[in-house]
Amino acid sequence: MSVAETKTEKLDGWNRPPTIEPGGEGELLEIAMGPHHPSTHGVFRMDVALDGERVMRLKPVFGYLHRNHEKIAEGAAYLASMPYTDRLDYFCSLSNNWAYALAVEKLVAQAVPERAQYIRVILAELTRIQNHASSIGFLIQEMGASGTPLMYAFREREKILDLFESLTGSRMMCNYMRFGGCRVDVSAAWLDAARKEVAGLPPFVDEFEALLTSNEILMARCQGVGVLKPDLAVNASVTGPLLRASGVNYDIRKVDHYGIYDRFKFRVPLGDHGDVYDRYMVRVLEMRESIRILEQALKDIPAGPIMDPKAKIRGFRPKPGEAYGRVEAPKGELGFYLISDGSPNPYRYRVRPPSLINLTILEDMCLGHNVADVVLIFGSVDIVLGEVDR
Amino acid sequence: MKTVEEIKAAIQAAVPGAGVEFVPNPSPCAQHSLRLTPGRAVEIARFLRDDPELAFDFCSNVTGVDWLDKETSEKVKVKRTVNKTVDGVEQAVEETVEETHKHVEPGYLEAVYHLYSMAKRHGPLVIRMRTVNRTDQVELPSLTPIWRGAEFQEREVFDLYGIVFKGHPDLRRILMWDGFKDYPMRKDYVDPDDYEYEPTAHDAVLKRAQAHQAAAEK
Repeated sequence: MSVAETKTEKLDGWNRPPTIEPGGEGELLEIAMGPHHPSTHGVFRMDVALDGERVMRLKPVFGYLHRNHEKIAEGAAYLASMPYTDRLDYFCSLSNNWAYALAVEKLVAQAVPERAQYIRVILAELTRIQNHASSIGFLIQEMGASGTPLMYAFREREKILDLFESLTGSRMMCNYMRFGGCRVDVSAAWLDAARKEVAGLPPFVDEFEALLTSNEILMARCQGVGVLKPDLAVNASVTGPLLRASGVNYDIRKVDHYGIYDRFKFRVPLGDHGDVYDRYMVRVLEMRESIRILEQALKDIPAGPIMDPKAKIRGFRPKPGEAYGRVEAPKGELGFYLISDGSPNPYRYRVRPPSLINLTILEDMCLGHNVADVVLIFGSVDIVLGEVDR
Repeated sequence: MKTVEEIKAAIQAAVPGAGVEFVPNPSPCAQHSLRLTPGRAVEIARFLRDDPELAFDFCSNVTGVDWLDKETSEKVKVKRTVNKTVDGVEQAVEETVEETHKHVEPGYLEAVYHLYSMAKRHGPLVIRMRTVNRTDQVELPSLTPIWRGAEFQEREVFDLYGIVFKGHPDLRRILMWDGFKDYPMRKDYVDPDDYEYEPTAHDAVLKRAQAHQAAAEK
């Protein structure tokens, strides 16, 4: 990229992708990467125009998995949408549950008991660890290291999913949280198993890092690739590890203090360059911070009810009004916007999908790079198509 | 953060003649919103982003809402003089009659933006804009030139609700395919009779299709 393209003066149209003039002779080659490209983790297409190996234009195409989740939810009662939120980002169903429960709790000013808050934090942080581990695994897989790092990540993910299964009955579609608490209580045996699992996590991250962080191929492929400038990242509503890798200190756990996140000591890792390597590094460091939160939460978890006794379950009809609730999901800011008209169904139900919105600047990050780097940059955004298309 | 009322005053001081209306939110979370008149919305948005104290640099969520025509009826007592024959003599008699008046409040489409500030760590500020109606005047100014994050979300609102964002750099359908005709998130959207390419001979499907055909032939 030339200096002219990277200047940060806010001229008109500075937040649009730059146009690159083709340098070689001949026509541009237009290809469709996807919808069945193995690196797209599902059905997603990028219409790419290439000058040799260089990317000149890139347009993402969505909608292959579109189910109109929002319309379905408007035709169902509030609680009936809870299982469907599992299917948005199917890697992190518990974070999705929490975001939806939080929005509804804001809508009706529902309190959540102490123990349930702790359980939510424990589950959300376990979700974050397994999501970051496997997203790094996928990234390395796309770089060409077939299998091994991904299997290291999946080995740990299996243990965490076993915990989810023994608590909620399902490994991925957990459907666990309710408005005003959680569905079933954790047993002492489960907490012991979780403590044991969390004690085994730091060695796993160490091992993962020993394999990858100073790996020469990883550094050569990732450093300086797909740079995202912080002012563009903010302007393009990028959230999550992608934003923090660009050096913007914005973590909703720290900003909103939703749940009980103000009680835990943890740091927000920030990147310096905003390239693929920083995104990898931020995810690794976030796993370490999540382990710290888990250790504190598992130590302090109090006894008590897991459901607010005043929570209304039957005949749940929020008074007319609207609410927007958001959480720091592993992929970014996951928000739910609800409008109630006093009936049992929401009048408007909107999901703010971090995966879709983080793809806004995919073209900006890929322009001028080689095709092989597009796969890496796309992998470093960390999306799940169930949430992109809804 | 300033309260929504103070922000409204700040907008009116900075952008003279801008139409800003305070919309209260009765829910306990009290996220009140500001309704902007579409004409000056881009100017107002630029002020909200660039003002050093407000600094709403992060447009988190953009969405559409469909409000249907609202029919309200009220009963009014009207006094009328009626000619009547009373005791064999024709007289003009005053009578009170109850009449039902029907009003139709035209529906509209609404675009809702949730703004936060990453620099100042405050928010949300909810701003909304209305279209004139739901059929032919569905244009709103696009705020994508101010916040790039609105790009895909405004495309989604265009795709699912049919709000046309003027000034959007790339307004195409995003989730539905290009040849699709209707707007699926609208409240009066009618599902197709059958989702298959060839009509399947289920009773319910056939009945629905026949009812539609009969209505179309009339």
